Amino acid sequence: MDRFNNKTNIDSQQDEWTEIITPKNGLFDLHLNEIWRYRDLLMLFVKRDFVSTYKQTILGPLWFFIAPILTTITFTIVFGNIAHLSTEKKPPVIFYMCGIIAWNYFATCLTSTSTTFRDNATIFGKVYFPRLIIPLSVIITNLVKFAIQFLLLICVWLYFLKQGTISNPSKSLLILPLLVILMAGLGLGAGMIISSLTTKYRDLIFLLQFGIQLLMYTTPIIYPLSSIPTKYQWIIIANPMTAIIESFRHAFLGNDNFLPFNLFYSAGCMILLLFIGIIIFNKTEKTFIDTV
Amino acid sequence: MSNVVIRVENISKQYRLGLIGSGSLQDDFKRKIAAIRGKEDPFLKIGTTNDQNNIEKSEYIWSLKNINFEVKQGEVLGIIGANGAGKSTLLKILSKVTAPTTGSVKIKGRIASLLEVGTGFHPELTGKENVFLNGAILGMNKLEISKKFEEIVAFSGVEKYINTPVKRYSSGMYVRLAFAVAAHLDSEILIIDEVLAVGDLEFQKKCLGKMKNISQEQGKTVLFVSHNMTATENLCDSVLTLKNGNIIYSGNTQKGILEYLNPINYKPTSTLQNQIKNLNTDSIFELTDVKLCQNNIEDNFLSNKEINFSMKYNLKNNILGLRVGFDIIDSLGTCVFRSYHDDLSESINQFNAGSYVSQGTIPANLLKNSSYVLSLSIGIHNLRWIIFDKIKITFHVLNLQGINKLYADERPGVIMPKIVWQTFSI
Repeated sequence: MDRFNNKTNIDSQQDEWTEIITPKNGLFDLHLNEIWRYRDLLMLFVKRDFVSTYKQTILGPLWFFIAPILTTITFTIVFGNIAHLSTEKKPPVIFYMCGIIAWNYFATCLTSTSTTFRDNATIFGKVYFPRLIIPLSVIITNLVKFAIQFLLLICVWLYFLKQGTISNPSKSLLILPLLVILMAGLGLGAGMIISSLTTKYRDLIFLLQFGIQLLMYTTPIIYPLSSIPTKYQWIIIANPMTAIIESFRHAFLGNDNFLPFNLFYSAGCMILLLFIGIIIFNKTEKTFIDTV
Repeated sequence: MSNVVIRVENISKQYRLGLIGSGSLQDDFKRKIAAIRGKEDPFLKIGTTNDQNNIEKSEYIWSLKNINFEVKQGEVLGIIGANGAGKSTLLKILSKVTAPTTGSVKIKGRIASLLEVGTGFHPELTGKENVFLNGAILGMNKLEISKKFEEIVAFSGVEKYINTPVKRYSSGMYVRLAFAVAAHLDSEILIIDEVLAVGDLEFQKKCLGKMKNISQEQGKTVLFVSHNMTATENLCDSVLTLKNGNIIYSGNTQKGILEYLNPINYKPTSTLQNQIKNLNTDSIFELTDVKLCQNNIEDNFLSNKEINFSMKYNLKNNILGLRVGFDIIDSLGTCVFRSYHDDLSESINQFNAGSYVSQGTIPANLLKNSSYVLSLSIGIHNLRWIIFDKIKITFHVLNLQGINKLYADERPGVIMPKIVWQTFSI
């Protein structure tokens, strides 16, 4: 009996602690397995965002269509018909729509992940779950919105294809998923960095509003890259979104501006931003509630 | 066999006071420079303990300092202390909402924390959708929630409204549904903060019962923070009493509660002395001391024990018909009763000049769980008041082991006498 007791005592001492809370995390202690465990929560957040956005609206999800259509019409009138910006002889409607829908995905990913800590301070202050769930859910929610808008784009594209005003589909349509991943990664990475920094320094929120607009004008959305004097093209190309938007448009319109090497540059930027973002985010999530 | 599921080692938590703004960038730089030069964080050293009465100028304070304790499997640990003692900070650290400044916590098993009822409830979603969302936030997966869904809805009592958005719920329904989710969590360790302060009496009772059930029958470990001492006493195996970020007592629940309650209003002697000093001097009567106590404790009494009182006074002349007594007044200002030293005499008392003491006991099982004021009423019969409404002692009665211990709810009425019932079948 005695021996048995001793044995259980030793066993209990050898029991592993399932969790150890310490002041600081290791730099790469990312708890990815934990995110997997909370995957149901991730999907529930996505569902929540969807349901709550369009509750008590008459048109509901139709608003996903209306916003890009209106922007496209505005761009077509202002930049195409009034300012006469070049669209490389493609129909301006599809030219702008490609740019707008792709850019919107990146921009919404960036803006909504950048307020992660601030917007969720109350819930973060009361309960623990892997904080990364929130930005991930934002990315997925926006992905669904993007998919719906993408359907619209396909419809418009098919219409123009039937009219014969644009060339037949090229092989580069196959890289579309890659482009989406690149945009999501860039938006998430930059968003995480900004959201982590804004917990202490709120100035960045104002900077972001302005920054995104600036970034949009340095991305070839309302103009093709070819319309920029060669001397200054490097400025535009330095923006990692440029290659993505150009390739996106290339896939649909078949213009000559496919920039595979610049896509590698964009991928490099994405990996760097994601890497820095996750590390800063991970460092911030432990104590941000004290400073937010 | 002692199976420790939570071990807290040297936990401290530092907070920055005042605004976090321009100064923080400067401090951050100083920290970085210190780190580069291999020195200790310059701001970890400064800072005072979190005594909110102590106005000392320091930008950093320690909300918790060197906290050590262990919790065993199946134990219900109460954490009590005045506002600002560090209870919530401790719970936040344990539930991983914020990290400690120093120290570590080791945990065996899943922790679910209920620092607030209905965290993450979205007003636009229906009750059902919110049950799933809230459950997932608290760490359950979809399958676990679906399995318990019926049970959760039945416990909350909002079956009829489960497909209605929660923004249309009454606040009571909202809270009931939220607690129901939390009460059915599958985690091994449950952290609960002040949740019982909500809902009607009926539901509070239900919650208490459920928590008892969770700990006793399901063998889960519960950490419980509350200002409701009756509930704490009823539920907890042991308590941790915090004060200004330090543990001042850990162990037996009743002793811990008294330890917590004692210092709050621990001014009776000083204020009483002031009251006595400020009395107008009377030509014949001089009060020297008034005392109220139960086993050396002077202002928090257990309802099931007698309370002793005594008053000392000097008489400068002989007095016929002096009556020494007091009123017991409850928190609403109602006089519960008055008592005089000669209540049982058959003739008018004659006092000679000299020093006297009058003492007695307030019987056990009479006053209920509340705050009272003892106000001295001393006068000469049919002539004048000597002291009336001038000397007041505030005291609290706690119903920890007394009447209605089983349900521990708030009783209506002014007193709570012990009445022996007999019930038998006929």
